[in-house]
Formats: sequence, structure tokens, C-alpha cells
Amino acid sequence: MNFETIIGLEVHVELKTASKIFSPSPNAFGAAPNTNVNPIDLGYPGVLPVLNEEAVNFAMKAAMALNCQIATDTKFDRKNYFYPDNPKAYQISQFDQPIGEHGWIEIEVGGKTKRIGITRLHLEEDAGKLTHGDDGYSLVDFNRQGTPLIEIVSEPDMRSPEEAYAYLEKLKNIIQYTGVSDCKMEEGSLRCDANLSIRPIGQEEFGVKTELKNLNSFAFVQKGLEFEEKRQEKVLLSGGEILQETRRYDEKTKETILMRVKEGSDDYRYFPEPDLVPLYIDEEWKERIRGEIPELPDKRKKRFIDELGLSEYDAANLTGAKEMADFFEATVEYGADVKQASNWLMGEISGYMNKHQKELHDLALTPESLGKMIKLIEDGTISSKIAKKVFAELVDKGGDPEKIVKEKGLVQISDEGQLKEIITGILDVNEQSIIDYKNGKDRALGFLVGQVMKQTKGQANPPMVNKILKEEMDKR
Amino acid sequence: MADISSDQVKHVANLARLAITDEEAERFTKQLSSILEYAEQLNELDTTGVEPTTHVLDLKNVLRKDEPKKTITQEEALKNAPDKKGDYFRVPSILE
Repeated sequence: MNFETIIGLEVHVELKTASKIFSPSPNAFGAAPNTNVNPIDLGYPGVLPVLNEEAVNFAMKAAMALNCQIATDTKFDRKNYFYPDNPKAYQISQFDQPIGEHGWIEIEVGGKTKRIGITRLHLEEDAGKLTHGDDGYSLVDFNRQGTPLIEIVSEPDMRSPEEAYAYLEKLKNIIQYTGVSDCKMEEGSLRCDANLSIRPIGQEEFGVKTELKNLNSFAFVQKGLEFEEKRQEKVLLSGGEILQETRRYDEKTKETILMRVKEGSDDYRYFPEPDLVPLYIDEEWKERIRGEIPELPDKRKKRFIDELGLSEYDAANLTGAKEMADFFEATVEYGADVKQASNWLMGEISGYMNKHQKELHDLALTPESLGKMIKLIEDGTISSKIAKKVFAELVDKGGDPEKIVKEKGLVQISDEGQLKEIITGILDVNEQSIIDYKNGKDRALGFLVGQVMKQTKGQANPPMVNKILKEEMDKR
Repeated sequence: MADISSDQVKHVANLARLAITDEEAERFTKQLSSILEYAEQLNELDTTGVEPTTHVLDLKNVLRKDEPKKTITQEEALKNAPDKKGDYFRVPSILE
């Protein structure tokens, strides 16, 4: 029997407002525990939440970028549950009137474009952070309590773990473009739960789904789902039955492990939050936010192809992360050649970042210095080979490429007289190579160019060396 | 007549982490039923053409500017905690 996999994802994204959603406490990652809290966050009796306007703006921006319809009449609801990360014993969330609904994004897998639906996007508050000890106690840090959060629920539209991975990449990219979140999984500003079920091909109704939690990277989401689809298949093929379970992915064993079996549906007793008045989003407000949405990845990619003449592949790579696309565009604005800028970013620079596990903003290199360096290559001041030396300096220490080139004496030798002198000297002691060259052995020319480069420490202008070498040998 | 069962009362009590005896469940079932019955009088009103509301106040969009402000220190935050350890609140472990 062959099965079809059905995947839906639930993604939580923290919004990077300056203050929390319902209290003025600072919203910041990495502060000392319990320093960014106040009586509202701690759920003291008698306190009242007041909604942060910017959190609404950010949620709307994300919802619009994900092609959602924006609610006009909306409100907040209480979701009741007991857990020590939540001092009020309820979370303020949105139940039946989410800010955004009926959205979609497009993903590309195996060269095909597919649209994945987004059921809803709602605004809520994050909970505190628990650290579980092995002494029978857990420690609570409420700094995260009240951080504005959007929950983005996809339609069960994905048919493979690979599609789920592509969806997450695209979602993250779009949200990063809007600037409402860093979407850093390692800092928990983007978190993902995945639902997976399988059904015999041709069957209309969905199978029983399991929920995967504790997925700490996109790669683990994919791996966890791959394990889970095989596990479910094995269970069904051996005549077993899938239970509605919550499972976690274990990074060490690369397996999903049962956390708990769900019995019945969760009973959160949602009701409208009486401490907050309804939210009414009129057309003017919506239009104002719509106007603030920057160019999104797909559009930017198209522009890079149409206006800058980049290939589909290069444009997709460069727009795959906002930081990269911004860096590229700024470099071009400093006068760098488009193709050169693209090659440097995707080649040397990406290579360096991978090797040293760094992001663009960690590098001393700036778009200005990269742009200048590329111009030095373009106008023949330095060769591409020498540029690598300049780049090594720029990426570590930064600085002005022109200065580096001058100070280190890296200027390319393009003086014909000077080159001729060097070449004559080399030809004088390599007569066999001249004979070989005349006998049609191309390798001989390569050898001689190498000799010139060696003597000039790589600073000779390569096309000129080639030209002069040939001329001089023809004379002999 | 509002129909509410003793099982429903026990379920709600459990969700609220309230320990109640069978006798209490019986008593609360009667009391809650009569409360619901009382509230059901509202159904006698003709609400045709009246927009549903989720809030009793005629207010909307009470919003705050996004300006961060520190109001209490960590020491103050932890002062009333029944239990704490270092910089943290401490609670009985919720993982077995």
C-alpha cells in the first residue's frame, strides 16, 4: 500500500517591539532573569493590561505580507490553563477573530512552485521560560512573559518534509523582510510545531495526526517529519493504529519519542478577555500599514532578474535572506559591477561565513569596502587573485581597499615596459619552453605565465602578461 | 430549564484544579443550574437587529505607545515569591 503524507505547521514568531504586548516592560532577549518584569507580567491582582499599538501594527504587517485578509472587528480572548510559565493561569490570545485569515505563500520544491495556505495569524502573549532541574524543582524567568507573539497556522497543504522545510524557509524570509522579527530559532524568536498524518493514496479523509514538538532547527523539523512518516507507515502496515500523540524529536537518536497521548480535545474554556476592549481596524489603519511593507522576496528576486540582469539562480540565492540582498544592493549602489558583487557574495563571502559560522553583520567587511574593492578589480588596479588578499584583510579587519592595496604594495603591474623587461629576463632562461610553445604545447605558455606571476608576487596584469609573452616569443 | 449534569460540574472543577466531593458536586449542580436558569430570562428579550457584543463598555481601541519602561527591580519582583533560587522563581518540578 502506498501512502500520502499530510503536513501542517504551527509557527510562533516573537515580535521585536520595544516593550511588551500588554505592559511597558522592555522586550529584550538575553537580560538577567526576572529583570524585565512588572506587576502586569507577573499577574498581580488588580493590574490591567493595555494593548501595545506597535504589536498590532507588526502583526498586521506580517499578516499582510503573508497575503492574509485583515480583520476589521477583532478582539482578545482568554485561554485558560495551569502551567508555571504562566503566572495568570490564562494566556491572552485570540480565538474566533484572529487579526489575519485566508493567507498563502508560494514555495518552490523540485523546480515547481506550490501555494501553501495560511489558515490564520493571531496575536497573543508569550509565556515565561522554565528551566527544569533534576532536584525536583523548576526555575522560572518571566522576562519573556508578555512578549508579543504571532501564531501562524498553515493549512494541511504540505505533502512532504521537504515542502515543510521550504515553507519554513520562505515564511522566515518573508517575515524577516517585513522587519517585525529576527526569526532566530536559536533564540526562540521563531518556534515550530508540526502535525503529520498519512493516508492511503486515493483516500479522501485524513488519517490520525501526531504533533511534533521540540524542533530546534528547520533541519530537525524535516528530519523529525521524515522519521515520523516512516514510523506511521510501519505502524499502519503492521496492522496497528496511529494514536493522537504529542511526540518530540530527539536530536541524538534522530527519532521521535512519545511525550503524551492526547485524550479528547483540549478544553481551554476560551472567553472574551474582559480586561481589554475590542479592537477595530479601519481601512485607513490597514492602508497605512500596507504602505509600510517593504519589497518582499519574490518581488525583489524578480527585480534583480529584470532590472539588474541577474540569473534566476543568483537572484534566488541573493534574495534568500534579507541581509544578503540588502548587502548586495548596497554594494552595487557603491558602484560595483552587478555580476562581480553577486559572485563575491555567493562565493568568497558565503564561503567565509560558512567556515567561520558568521553572519554578514559579524564581518568587518562593508558594502562600501566591497564595492570599492570590486571597482579596483574592474579598473585593473588589482587582479582577481590579488583581490583575494585584499578581501582577507577587509573581512577580518575592515578598512579602505585603496589604502590596503597601496600600503601592501599590491597594485597590479600594468606598465608595458616594466612587464616586457621581466618577461624578457624569464624567456632568456627558459629556452626549452619557447621551443615547446612553438611546437604547440599550450602548457608551456601556462608555465611561463606562472614564472612571471611568481617573480611579481602575483601582481602582473594577467591579460597583458599573456599578450606580451606571445609577442616576445614570436619575435624569437 | 437549564440542563447541567454533575459530571459537567466535576469536569469544570477539575479544569479549575478544584477538589470537590461528590456531595459538593451535587450541591453545586443544583446551584449552578438555578444560576443558569436565572440568566436564561435574558432569552425572553427580542434581540432581533441587535449586534452581538463581546464587551459591556462602549469603548474600542484603547492602545499604548510602544515605549519601554522599567518599573520594578528583580529584587522587588522576587520579594513576594513563596520560593525562589538566585535570580529565579522556584516551583515544584512539572516534569516527572
